[in-house]
Amino acid sequence: MLESYTGAAILLLIATAIAVGMVVATTILGPKRQFADKMEPFECGESQLVSPYQRFSVKFYLVAVLFILFDIEAVFLFPWAILYKKLGLFGLIEMMVFLLILGVGLMYVWIRGGLDWE
Amino acid sequence: MIAAPEIDLISLAPVLVLSVFTMLVMLIDLFVGKNKSVLVFVALTGLLLAAVSSFAKTDWPVSSFGGSYVVDHMSVFFTMIFCLSSGLAILLSVDYNKRENIRVGEYYSLIMFCTVGMIILASSTDLIMIFLGIEIVSLCLYVLAGIRRGDTRSNEAALKYFLLGAFATGFLLYGMTLLYGATGTTKLAGIAEALSHAEVLSQPILVMGVVLLIAGFGFKVASVPFHMWTPDVYQGAPTPVTAFMAVGPKAAAFAAFFRVFTTAMPELAPTWEVLLSIIAVTTMFVGNLGAIMQTNIKRLLAYSSISHAGYILIAIIAKGSLATSALLFYMLSYTFMTFGAFSIVILLGRAGKENLELEDYSGLGFKAPLLGLAMSVFLLSLGGLPPLAGFVAKFYIFQAALNEGYVILVVLAVLNSAISLYYYLKVIVFMYMKEPKGDFQISLTPITLIIIIIGLIGTVQLGLFPGPVISLAHP
Repeated sequence: MLESYTGAAILLLIATAIAVGMVVATTILGPKRQFADKMEPFECGESQLVSPYQRFSVKFYLVAVLFILFDIEAVFLFPWAILYKKLGLFGLIEMMVFLLILGVGLMYVWIRGGLDWE
Repeated sequence: MIAAPEIDLISLAPVLVLSVFTMLVMLIDLFVGKNKSVLVFVALTGLLLAAVSSFAKTDWPVSSFGGSYVVDHMSVFFTMIFCLSSGLAILLSVDYNKRENIRVGEYYSLIMFCTVGMIILASSTDLIMIFLGIEIVSLCLYVLAGIRRGDTRSNEAALKYFLLGAFATGFLLYGMTLLYGATGTTKLAGIAEALSHAEVLSQPILVMGVVLLIAGFGFKVASVPFHMWTPDVYQGAPTPVTAFMAVGPKAAAFAAFFRVFTTAMPELAPTWEVLLSIIAVTTMFVGNLGAIMQTNIKRLLAYSSISHAGYILIAIIAKGSLATSALLFYMLSYTFMTFGAFSIVILLGRAGKENLELEDYSGLGFKAPLLGLAMSVFLLSLGGLPPLAGFVAKFYIFQAALNEGYVILVVLAVLNSAISLYYYLKVIVFMYMKEPKGDFQISLTPITLIIIIIGLIGTVQLGLFPGPVISLAHP
């Protein structure tokens, strides 16, 4: 019973070792130039004190919705791909129908101009 | 090869046909130019073929997909009602969409997708499938209610419906989980079987599940105390969508409501009967008393639809085969009279001015006698006066309830029927006994005329000669 977890345990150990190793290595080897911006809790050039009531383009919402849609499609593709051989022709046809339906949706959005940013 | 669940695509025929045609409508919309009338044609063809293809299996009841889907007398009759109501809704929208500048492609597809959901809802014998059907129907309706994006009332309707609807779906799902937890299955037949064992039946968790299910379904059919959204949503949604919502999705929710409670939980009847009786009576009273105070015709019809939900709930309480056919007959006659009434409401409006106040109906009976007459017929039928369809439908439900011994319930329902006549007659009083305020600008198009005639024929025919349809509705 326990032996079957050996692989997972080794993976866990190596992953931990790599993570710890990287932190240690950068602390020892990395150059240390400190300035005000760099010492702030947030990086990436974002200012930390801004009003939360910012306006942003409603188009982000559309992109997000479309992303979720096709993200889920990919999620459904994974189990099918794993069982592909066992499901055989039946699985292939079923999946193609599924993809076709989503494809029709994508086509509709595309031609309607849902993907244009302007 | 993995053992796939038993698949019977033939019994799914109406769903498949309708799905294909829905996508066709979407695609054709992309490639035709300004003239969108071909879409109406394709959509109606799809609905007609779906209705026909529901007879692909005739040896009812056919159970498929491991007992989660069934083609039986009830599901086929409901499929007919759904296709009819969606067809009428699409026809009703043709002129309205032109007037209000509503983009038609997604509009028709949404109505058709909604119909797919309704068929699934009426044919499912598994809680998961029922949930799936309810979600398909609701999602389409949320969008349809808010399809007039520039109109604040339409936005309000969509938002209210969405927030409350999502909440109600949560209740429904929670109820289903508790039921599953108590019985160990989501199949309706399995639940009924499990409930026949005393040790399962005695679990208090079941009561909680039933109450939550009633809350969830109660919202979808707009029964008190889950009716608050109805007037606002019905008022804000585009009028053809209102008519559609009042008929199709409501009938579908009732189909699932009826199926879950009568086939899965007859053993629990002593528990839910009392609760449903209270809800039915309060629904009738709130609906009818609320309607009396309305001055807006759409709100009035919304409250009227609440009260009708009360009458239909009696069919669920009565159970049995007589109640099944009473429910079917009621939903069919309700389709005709509601669409008839709403078609005239739409006809009176014009671009930028919808004329929805009762005042706007003053003198309609003199200015356009035939329209006034048609409206009177629809309203009197909704009120349940003989010899119209509404009377026979109510009579039939009351008879089913009396046979099971629910005398007090029927007495209260008849009393409510009398109350309801007051506000239906109020509209007629406006039409015939008040001086017209302004001039009516009515442009009667052939399509609207067809709907009014279909509505009239249905209302009168089902009232005078209900025999053939009743025998069809009888299992």
